[in-house]
Amino acid sequence: MSMADLAPSVPAQTARSGGLARLAVAATVALLFAGGGFLLHAEQQGQVIALLAAFVAVFALAEKVPVGRRIVGLCRAHPGTVNLTAAVSILAIAAALREEHYTLLMMATVALFATAAAGLTLQMAFAGVPNFAGAAFFAVGAYVAALLGNTGIPHLLVLLIAGLAAAVLGLVLLLPVLRTRGHYAALVTIAFGLLLRAFLEVNDVLGGPQGMKVKSFSLFGLDFSRMTEIGPYDVSFYLPYALASCALFGLAFFLVRRLETSFVGVALDAVRSDEVAASVFGLSIARWKATAFLLGNAMIGVAGALYGMMNGFVNPNSANFGDSLIMLSILVLGGLGNLWGAVVAAVVILVIPEKLQAIQEFRLVIFALLVIAILRFRPSGLMPRAARDFSALVKGGAK
Amino acid sequence: MDPGLLAQYLFNGLMLGTIYAIVAVGFSLFFGVLDVIKFSHGDVVTVGAFSAFGAAGLMAALATLSGPLALAVGLIAALGAGALSGVIIGRLLVLPLKNAPGVNVLLATLMAGTVLREAIRLGVPNGGNPKPFPALLPEGVLKAGSFSVGIDSVIILLAGLAVVLATHLVITRTRLGLSIRAVAQDEEVAQLAGVSFNRTVLGTFALGSMLAGLAGLMLGLYYREINFNMGVMLGIIGFACAVVGGLGSLIGPIIGGFLFAGVQTLVTVVLPFTSAYKDVVAFAVIIALIGLFPTGLIAEKSSERV
Repeated sequence: MSMADLAPSVPAQTARSGGLARLAVAATVALLFAGGGFLLHAEQQGQVIALLAAFVAVFALAEKVPVGRRIVGLCRAHPGTVNLTAAVSILAIAAALREEHYTLLMMATVALFATAAAGLTLQMAFAGVPNFAGAAFFAVGAYVAALLGNTGIPHLLVLLIAGLAAAVLGLVLLLPVLRTRGHYAALVTIAFGLLLRAFLEVNDVLGGPQGMKVKSFSLFGLDFSRMTEIGPYDVSFYLPYALASCALFGLAFFLVRRLETSFVGVALDAVRSDEVAASVFGLSIARWKATAFLLGNAMIGVAGALYGMMNGFVNPNSANFGDSLIMLSILVLGGLGNLWGAVVAAVVILVIPEKLQAIQEFRLVIFALLVIAILRFRPSGLMPRAARDFSALVKGGAK
Repeated sequence: MDPGLLAQYLFNGLMLGTIYAIVAVGFSLFFGVLDVIKFSHGDVVTVGAFSAFGAAGLMAALATLSGPLALAVGLIAALGAGALSGVIIGRLLVLPLKNAPGVNVLLATLMAGTVLREAIRLGVPNGGNPKPFPALLPEGVLKAGSFSVGIDSVIILLAGLAVVLATHLVITRTRLGLSIRAVAQDEEVAQLAGVSFNRTVLGTFALGSMLAGLAGLMLGLYYREINFNMGVMLGIIGFACAVVGGLGSLIGPIIGGFLFAGVQTLVTVVLPFTSAYKDVVAFAVIIALIGLFPTGLIAEKSSERV
């Protein structure tokens, strides 16, 4: 049996299930996104708290009540419906909030951090390579965007080059990362993050502590920061960024999911869970770890480049250890390996502190306590990754 | 180069190395008994510094104390607060997460460190700003040619070296040390031999965190200024030193500590114009060393059975 046959396929009975199930899935997802949209836009503390309470209730229902568990199962069985509904919902939210600068900025930020989390997912959740320098690779992307934004290179290409640059820089770390495991590998990336930040701070060519200006993103001659109307509608100039960021996340999501369900994902899972067993089956540990590490860094770099273009500037502070931790927290909170979980966690971590201004002073403490509580009482995260389903293989027998 | 200046650099390097080593030993102790990295360690250093600061300030306000007595109060406060925070974090966070993946423990303790840091920032009056640390040690300057050094600095350095030695003695000569080594070697067999696992782990956390508290006091006395986020970088450097030296050995982190300080000092001496790059070089050396010695300079004594 080849590796390709081992990749999970859709269980046979779900193909038969009716449109009713799909409808239920679509309704659930749309409802969740609508709630998320309201949360993004809500300004009064009362609304925010009520929405949060509603979300907690929904999560509790999905776990404790049989109907909830059934719907979760249906969502897992119909990923196509979930993703389509999600895309439509995002477009709807963007259209409804087209004039809200701040809300759209936050939406774009969440999408870009979720894209970075997708890269980290590839590295940590699949291949088991720790990366505590997410923000550093993110900043590398932004710096590349700053350097190349004015050179006339098409900006889509700049994004690609930024990803490539992050991957190449990651190449420097490859040898120590591959030779080490666990805490030792973690330290390599921590040290790299601190090194990069210290370097950016003292290096005058790259703007020193002040950083650099980044030219805004333009697509086929369309400057995003100048876009104030589409057709008859006035729009915020953050709208194109929000859409582009969501599209980028969509791309990352598609890529990671395809890898996960292909033989690559099976190989990475094998390498992570037991190196010795994996190498006995002829998998090259170094090759798979390197693939995941470089590809993951490239994704983080691309996201960072777009983030830099959106903000208009980048400075060494964007490479700080705290931001790397925020990315990691998104990953762990959401549930290692589940990208929808990462989206939810990105909203929790990036948006809620902004919304609850009353707790502004205490937000770091509350955030830290929240992460601790989740790690302590729900270590697999809010939305744990589903186990691979090989039941179709077992029932159908080896063909 | 002027020998006096060189001696000055050497002294500073030794001082930094001692402080790094004391912090790094804590990481190594925790890793030894529980195979975890307790990343709140750097912030326990801050807790120690602020406790000493608070205790000394409080005593000075209540009664005029002589220097040594105020120092003793500060010392007890730093050690006590360090041990207490270490035991609390160990009891509430690290022991319950014993079977969780390593990254989870790392993240949880990092967040615990954030809680400590923010508690200091919000809880201490005007805690966001640096605080002047009282001079509790005798003043005075020793001079030899162009080399001059404060008596207080010499006392701190000697005390630090003595503490490193004392820790070594605790580990090798006492009953607690014996049980720490037993648990580090094999937790289950140690329990069969009547060693209480939980008590040993908490004892280790108390010991390691006392060292961190002491490092905080030493930093305060040396730099005469403390800050709510002084522990962040120190924690990371201490971790780096422990890893490069070799987690799970006692001499490893000490070597690592002096090595890191040595690289930083060397860059400052050899390349004075680029001394801003000293952290860049130091971390590059760390990465290179880990690449060369994947389990630290003093390698972990383990072999994998398949």
